[in-house]
Amino acid sequence: MKSGSATEHRGVTEANGFESDRLAPLEERARGADPSLVKDLLEKMLLIRRFEEKAAELYALGKIGGFCHLYIGQEAVAVGAISALGPDDYIFCSYREHGHALARGMDAGAVMAELAGKATGCSKGKGGSMHLFDTRIGFLGGHAIVGGHLPLAAGTAFAAKYQNQPRVTACFFGDAAVNIGAFHESFNLAQLWNLPVVYVCENNEFGMGTPIEKASSIDPLHERACGYGMAHTAVDGMDVLAVREVVGEAVERARRHNLPTFIEARTYRYMGHSMSDPAHGTYRTRAELDEHRRHDPIKRLTSALESIGALTPEAFEESDAQVRQVVEQAAAFAEESPDPASDDLHSDVYRD
Amino acid sequence: MPILTYLDAIRQGIWEEMERDPAVFLLGEDIGVYGGAFKVTAGMLEKFGAERVIDTPISESAIVGAAVGAALMGMRPVAEMQFMDFIACGFDQIANMAAKMRYRWGPAVPLVIRGPAGAGVHGGPFHSQSNEMWFVHTPGLKVTAPATAYDAKGLIKASIRDDNPVIFFEHKFLYRRIKEEVPADDYIVPLGKARVAREGDDIAVITYGAMVWTALEAAETLVKEGISLEVVDLRTLLPYDEDTVLTSARKCSKVILLHEDTRTGGMAGELAALIAEKAFEDLDGPVVRITSPDTPVPFSPPLEEFFLPNAKRLADAARKLAAY
Ligand SMILES: Cc1ncc(C[n+]2csc(CCOP(=O)(O)OP(=O)(O)O)c2C)c(N)n1
Repeated sequence: MKSGSATEHRGVTEANGFESDRLAPLEERARGADPSLVKDLLEKMLLIRRFEEKAAELYALGKIGGFCHLYIGQEAVAVGAISALGPDDYIFCSYREHGHALARGMDAGAVMAELAGKATGCSKGKGGSMHLFDTRIGFLGGHAIVGGHLPLAAGTAFAAKYQNQPRVTACFFGDAAVNIGAFHESFNLAQLWNLPVVYVCENNEFGMGTPIEKASSIDPLHERACGYGMAHTAVDGMDVLAVREVVGEAVERARRHNLPTFIEARTYRYMGHSMSDPAHGTYRTRAELDEHRRHDPIKRLTSALESIGALTPEAFEESDAQVRQVVEQAAAFAEESPDPASDDLHSDVYRD
Repeated sequence: MPILTYLDAIRQGIWEEMERDPAVFLLGEDIGVYGGAFKVTAGMLEKFGAERVIDTPISESAIVGAAVGAALMGMRPVAEMQFMDFIACGFDQIANMAAKMRYRWGPAVPLVIRGPAGAGVHGGPFHSQSNEMWFVHTPGLKVTAPATAYDAKGLIKASIRDDNPVIFFEHKFLYRRIKEEVPADDYIVPLGKARVAREGDDIAVITYGAMVWTALEAAETLVKEGISLEVVDLRTLLPYDEDTVLTSARKCSKVILLHEDTRTGGMAGELAALIAEKAFEDLDGPVVRITSPDTPVPFSPPLEEFFLPNAKRLADAARKLAAY
């Protein structure tokens, strides 16, 4: 975290490249990490990957409808970042949030059932893919208005500080969200009021079909924070341990000093923007996509672990088989669950 | 006559206006390279170039505000909202700036803001709203919501030529489902004029947007039972066509007001008040509203079906009213 002492009072930073550039190679960090933690991170990423593959399959079969945005390729961001949070912390996400929900430990069945619009879904089928919630674990949603949740995150951070609770709010959004007014208003408030919030921008290079250079007047995006005097940095979003480390520092800063941080995680989305958008063709080439696939966050962690002798192909297969089973069960649960009843339409509009 | 979808009719209308008037330009998210989320602007970038088909950042407030500014300079911007739900992010620029510009200091604001609204595609609470009344309640704007491909083309052309800010509601469920003959030549459908979509004697069903098709479907069923519905398609909601509404109400003496928007504060309430004020003596029964309930639009397909008015609900209400 760059928070130079010369400008400490405003937390101004001058980060340029990847924060993780200063980190040791992944192999070395993996060797130093707690093996059970690393296994958990790998399995969470795998769970998300398999879950999303299943969601795509069910979508193709017409068992999931509407708009559905998959997270494949970006798993290391949600898993690394959320692993750095405490159980009482809060999480806000955009509409591409299946991965965050699972990383936070939401029940895969309740998520899949929500995607399928079933009564057993986490929002009783009323929200669908873009509106996942589980307040019991501080998962405050899925928000399908780009940038619309950034002010909310400032609000929960404000309340935590006001109420003297050591809760940090983490807020995830895409690279295109830095261009909407709500981003700017929230950043100013967060810094002005010294709020315990970590803003994580998942820079996957595109907002739908528009590349960053056609949408943002400034790149690197994390430098947007300069205008608000907010601490900021970039991190390699395909390296789960790096994300965990950098977000972990920001979470500590927020918890101890009530200071916000802006983290730009560089990542890539392997699928189309949504299920109706082909993975490549209009706005990016297959070659570009293939190039990025070489940095697959799961493969990277797997090969690092294998190279230091911390993972065997058999152990990987075992983990994979285990998460596949969880996903199969989730899909079966969704399929067997009842549709909402017509009366459910009218419930929950107001709290009685 | 060529057969066009509702979507292609809008596209053709914009295309023709782009060819006709160099002051017309398009701006919006992913409208160029991507051709628009629903492909309404497909091919426009190739034809008219990046100067007139402008991909913007996700910045609804700046999209609308910059369009207002350009309109003040005599340009004719057509701004796309990727979904009409997101127009909320540009609301101040529409409701305070664009709508009151003329009243405050006199300039023309020839601006169109268009995009898909409405439910039926399982979009959930933020991608399905019928939010036309946010604007119908704002003097200084015009609001239109075509139901047919013919009207979609004629109304988008009229909207682009109009010197006032027009909010143009496209119904996403109709985009590719409606296919009809649309003249290849230049015509407009005037703003503020309703259309009698089907003549009938017993009950006037006054509606707009996708519900016009629902009304026509119910009319087809009921005619076999000896109940004759007249279907009025409002086409423009602000300013709306009082004469056509009152003529049909007086002719049939019974009225059903039908819309996909939720009930309280909907267009039906406005029309019911108009009819009560000006056609009270002609009525032979209570004015009936068929609308969505006062809830957000749910995602779950079966819930969404319960939410939306349909031909069966309309027909049931019409049978009751006919017997009144
Ligand atoms: C205010 C608003 N405008 C437009 C949209 C339509 N939209 C949904 S996602 C998206 C692209 C967002 O890209 P980015 O923020 O980079 O996130 P990513 O999809 O890459 O995760 C757009 C334009 C929206 N949901 N909300």
